[in-house]
Amino acid sequence: MSPVHPIIQIENVHKRFGKVHALRGVNTTVQRGEVLVLIGPSGSGKSTLLRCINGLERPDSGRVVVDNIPVDHSSKHINAVRAEVGIVFQQFNLFPHLSVLQNVTLAEQVVRKRSPDESKKIARALLTKVGIPEKADCYPAQLSGGQQQRVAIARALAMNPKIMLFDEPTSALDPEMIKEVLDTMLLLAQEGMTMVVVSHEMGFARAAANRIVFMDEGTLIEDTSPEQLFANPREERTKQFLSKILH
Amino acid sequence: MADPDSGKPPPARPGTPNRASRALPLPGLERVPWWIVILLLAGILAAMIIFTSSDYTSIIALLSSGIYLTLYVTFFAYAFALIFGLIAGLMRVSRNPILYTTGTLYVEVIRGIPLLVQILYFFYVIAPFLADRVPEPFDQWFRSEVNEGIIALAIGYGAYLAEVYRAGIEAIPRGQTEAARSLGMSYVQAMRYVVLPQAIRIILPPLGNDFVSMLKDSALTSAISVKDLTLWTRQRSANTFRPLEHWTIAALLYLTMTLGLSLIVRYLERKFAIPK
Repeated sequence: MSPVHPIIQIENVHKRFGKVHALRGVNTTVQRGEVLVLIGPSGSGKSTLLRCINGLERPDSGRVVVDNIPVDHSSKHINAVRAEVGIVFQQFNLFPHLSVLQNVTLAEQVVRKRSPDESKKIARALLTKVGIPEKADCYPAQLSGGQQQRVAIARALAMNPKIMLFDEPTSALDPEMIKEVLDTMLLLAQEGMTMVVVSHEMGFARAAANRIVFMDEGTLIEDTSPEQLFANPREERTKQFLSKILH
Repeated sequence: MADPDSGKPPPARPGTPNRASRALPLPGLERVPWWIVILLLAGILAAMIIFTSSDYTSIIALLSSGIYLTLYVTFFAYAFALIFGLIAGLMRVSRNPILYTTGTLYVEVIRGIPLLVQILYFFYVIAPFLADRVPEPFDQWFRSEVNEGIIALAIGYGAYLAEVYRAGIEAIPRGQTEAARSLGMSYVQAMRYVVLPQAIRIILPPLGNDFVSMLKDSALTSAISVKDLTLWTRQRSANTFRPLEHWTIAALLYLTMTLGLSLIVRYLERKFAIPK
C-alpha cells in the first residue's frame, strides 16, 4: 500500500430509492488523516453517501473502495471494511439492554475475540478518553444525550477503526450538549483520525476540517477548504445554502 | 393526590396497583395486588369447604394424579413451541424468499386449523405414518400418546409464537441492527446479542399469556387419551355420577395452576426489565 493511495475512493456512485435518485454519480477520495465535512440541504444525499462507505447502503452502480477493499456484495469484504470503519449515528443507537461498559465491550468480544479482561480494560480507557469513566455501569437510558453520543464514539473506537464516520452526530442533542460531543470529535481529529462528518456545525468544520464538500440533489457541488468556502464560495447554490445556515 | 415528598403513602387505588407502584417506589397500599388478596380469600373459603368434606378430599386426591401429566405435557410442549416459534419467526423476518415462504406457510396453515383437529390429525394420521417408517427402537416414541400430544401442541403453538417473535423483532428499531452490523457483527451475532435480547423483553407478556393458554389447551390432549387432569375428571365423574363435585375441583385446580404461572410470568417481567 503506497501512502499516496487514498484510503476511501468513491467512483461514479449512483443510488436510487424508488423514484428518488439520491446519488447521481458521486466521485471523490479521502486521504489518510483527512477530515472531510459534508454539508448540504436535507435530502441532498450526504447521509446516503456516508452510509455507502461502510456498506449500510449498496450503490446501484459505481464503486466504493475502502483501504483497498471493494465495498461490494461479498459479505467477506463488507465485514472486513466494517471492522476498519467506525460509525456514529444521529440517534446514538446504543444497545439499551446493556450497560455502558457492555456496549463498548460487546463487539470487542464477539468480533475482535478479545478476552473479557482485555476488552474491559480497553473500554474503560476509552470511556476515560471521552470523559465519562464514572458512567461505565450505568444503562444508556440513565445518560444524557451528549453522554450517550460519547459512549457511541467510544464503542466505535473500541474496534480500532482506521476511519470514523459521523452521521449528524449532534443533530439530536440539546444545545448545551453539542459542545462536549464536538470536543471529543475535535480530539480525534487532532490525533490524526481519518474522519468523514455529515454535520452543519460550522464551528467544528472551521476548527477541524481539511476539506468541506457541499452536496445538493445527489451531486458534489463544491469541494474546497473551509477558509475558501466561508470567505468566498464559488457556486451560487453554496452561497444560498450558507446564507441560510450561518446566522 | 400522591405527593412523593410528603412521605405518606398515597391512597390506594384498587384495580391499578402495579401500574401505580412503578411510578412511586414508596411502599404503600397501592403496592398491594388486591386481585390476589381477593382470590386468596376466596381460595381459603373454598379450601375450608373442601377440606372439611371427606367427599371433596378424596376427589382431590384422585384428580391430583392427572395434574402431573397436565404439567408435564404443558412444559415440554411449550419448550418445543418456543423453539419452533423462534425458527419460524426468524424465517418470517428473513429476506430470503424461500425461508420467508416456508415460515409463512407454516404459520398460516396451522393458524387456520382448530387445535383439537390438529391434535387428532397428528394422532390418527401423521404419528402412525412416521411410526411405520422409523427404525425399530425409535418407532415406540411415536406410539406414545403423551409424546404425540406434546408434539401436536408444540406445532400448533409454534405458529402463534412465531408471530409473537416476529412482532418483537420488528419492534426493535432498525438502527440497532445497523449499529451492530457496523461494528462488524454478522447477522446471526446481531440477532443473538442485540435484537433478540431486547425482543424477548418486549414479548415476555404475550409469551407468558401463551404459556398459560397452553396449560389450558393441554386439556385437549385428553381427546387422544392422554390421562391428564381433564381425562381423569371425566372418567371419575362418569363412574361416580357426581359431575358437580369433580368438575368444580378440576376447574379450581386449573385456576390455581394458571394463577401460579401468571405470578411467575410477572416476576420474570420485572426481573428482566431494562433499567430506566
